[in-house]
Amino acid sequence: MSATEPSGPWQLELKQVVQEYPVKGAGWKRVLDSLDLRVPAGELVALVGPSGCGKSTLLRLLLGMELPRTGEVLVDGKHVVGPSRERGIVFQHYSLFPNLTVLDNVTYGLELEEFTLLGKWVRYPRYRRRRKTFRSEAMHALEKMRLAEHAHKYPFELSGGMRQRVAIAQAMIMRPRLLMMDEPFGALDYTTRYDLQLYLLDNFYQTRMTVLFITHDLEEAVFLADRILVLSPYYVTDSGAANGSRFLLDERVPFPHPRVLAIKKDPRFGALLEQICELGLDPSRRQLYRERGPGQSAGGDAS
Amino acid sequence: MPGHGRHTRRWYGILAAMSGRASLVLAVLPFALLAAIYLYGSAARHAENPDDKVMPTVGQLADGIWRAAFEADRKGEYRLWVDTKASLRRLAIGLGLAALVGLAVGLNIGVLPIARAATYPFLIFFAKIPPLALLPILFILFGVEEKAKIILIFVGVAPVIAIDMYLRAREIPYEQVVKALTLGASQPEVIYKVVLPQIFPKLLSAVRLSLGPAWLFLIAAESIAADVGLGYRIFVVRRYMAMDVIIPYVFWITFLGYLMDLALRLWMRWGFRWVGEGEK
Ligand SMILES: Nc1ncnc2c1ncn2[C@@H]1O[C@H](COP(=O)(O)OP(=O)(O)OP(=O)(O)O)[C@@H](O)[C@H]1O
Ligand SMILES: [Mg+2]
Repeated sequence: MSATEPSGPWQLELKQVVQEYPVKGAGWKRVLDSLDLRVPAGELVALVGPSGCGKSTLLRLLLGMELPRTGEVLVDGKHVVGPSRERGIVFQHYSLFPNLTVLDNVTYGLELEEFTLLGKWVRYPRYRRRRKTFRSEAMHALEKMRLAEHAHKYPFELSGGMRQRVAIAQAMIMRPRLLMMDEPFGALDYTTRYDLQLYLLDNFYQTRMTVLFITHDLEEAVFLADRILVLSPYYVTDSGAANGSRFLLDERVPFPHPRVLAIKKDPRFGALLEQICELGLDPSRRQLYRERGPGQSAGGDAS
Repeated sequence: MPGHGRHTRRWYGILAAMSGRASLVLAVLPFALLAAIYLYGSAARHAENPDDKVMPTVGQLADGIWRAAFEADRKGEYRLWVDTKASLRRLAIGLGLAALVGLAVGLNIGVLPIARAATYPFLIFFAKIPPLALLPILFILFGVEEKAKIILIFVGVAPVIAIDMYLRAREIPYEQVVKALTLGASQPEVIYKVVLPQIFPKLLSAVRLSLGPAWLFLIAAESIAADVGLGYRIFVVRRYMAMDVIIPYVFWITFLGYLMDLALRLWMRWGFRWVGEGEK
């Protein structure tokens, strides 16, 4: 899967995107600085970088939760002005609907897709029939997430990792053209995490959706992604210190799909890890890092 | 106490382990104490002056209750029930309207920036009007009948409920709204399928907290101009120092308020299991 020029517009395109936030009595703090990016449809992109570098901010721009100070954010060639059905999201901090059971959280989008607010009551017999289908589809997704026995619980009755898995099922079942995930597997134990990584890949192979996911686990990033982006404020320019984060690395992962665990033993895997790790690092730590060697998943100062 | 043997929790302090029976005993205690103080005071006063009217004996109270509830008065009415019906009707209409309007206003200004800009400052201002100061105006405008009393309850309670509903609506994380939109919700669907179901149980809390003020406004209005109602009766019999009627009436009003509170609490507990533990 190479970054071939698409015939139509790019799935995702950033043009000189700058995002800044007002600082009390001190003008603006620049978080993202002149970002340029082009992602063709069907690519699985991992976004890594130190904590606070602006990864979630970039996601908010792509969702349309905020608009950039300057520059353009385009999805499918159209300016992003607000959230849409085409762009799914799994937030860093779970955001399930607390008043719905796990099952209802997952079927939420499926129901909205077919039934409007009133349509549900106007066509109630049909709604009852369709709901069975939605529910069995959702149960299937929940089984994959190993959550089947929790289907009728409310979010407050689940652990953090379980909630995160519900949020993943909720977003994936809609098969959006672009799926964005903010540290989706961060709160999961090792086996569940590996299961879900494979689940993500399976889904990706089946649907060919475009995926942009943020992670602090560099090994995970290299294992899953076609392409790795390192966003970091730790660089110097000709005119002095950096002001806002930039993409310091935009690298293809040299392994074919479907991915197998064996690639982790490949020397190129380790080399790529090291390259990413060094770039995302606070410069003041670089010396230390060179002396002591890299950790396996030292994603900058992972908070 | 849970956990027997040597490793038990202390029975005092912030980690105290309470058994159900101990909680019950402690809950009954203040009631028993109040009753005991009353009985003692009443007995002492009657020992000094057998005609004392300030603290009637239990027998006199029972007599007063019996007459109010089960003996028809000159008009052939059973006062307690007639008064209760009139007062509850006023309260239900006033509080019900206040809840509906408060919810509608709070929801709308919570989710629609334009509605918020146009309404919120005025609402804050409006809520600062002391409702009782409006009472003369209401009587002049709407006459001394039902309307003025219901409107007083409404005016006193609705702004507070609206502000509370507004704050609850704003508490819903923006991420949830965005999530709903990415799942294909339209804007009305966000309002009615994400925000409304989440603030509805908070409306029940708001109404619970408004029960006190609502009764206050009702009794104030009834005491000034009415010909029936619990508040009216208390203020009428005050002229005869009829404590044997006043005390049961006050107790009855309190009990009605308690029942309403209980009903709302149970509705919240059984209807909205997902609402945080602390709010049940
Ligand atoms: N609404 C806001 N107002 C002011 N500053 C903000 C706002 N949102 C984000 N920031 C700032 O932008 C920077 C980037 O935040 P962001 O949440 O995007 O980081 P991140 O890369 O996702 O970090 P993490 O890996 O810890 O999640 C932070 O320094 C933060 O303080
Ligand atoms: Mg983040």
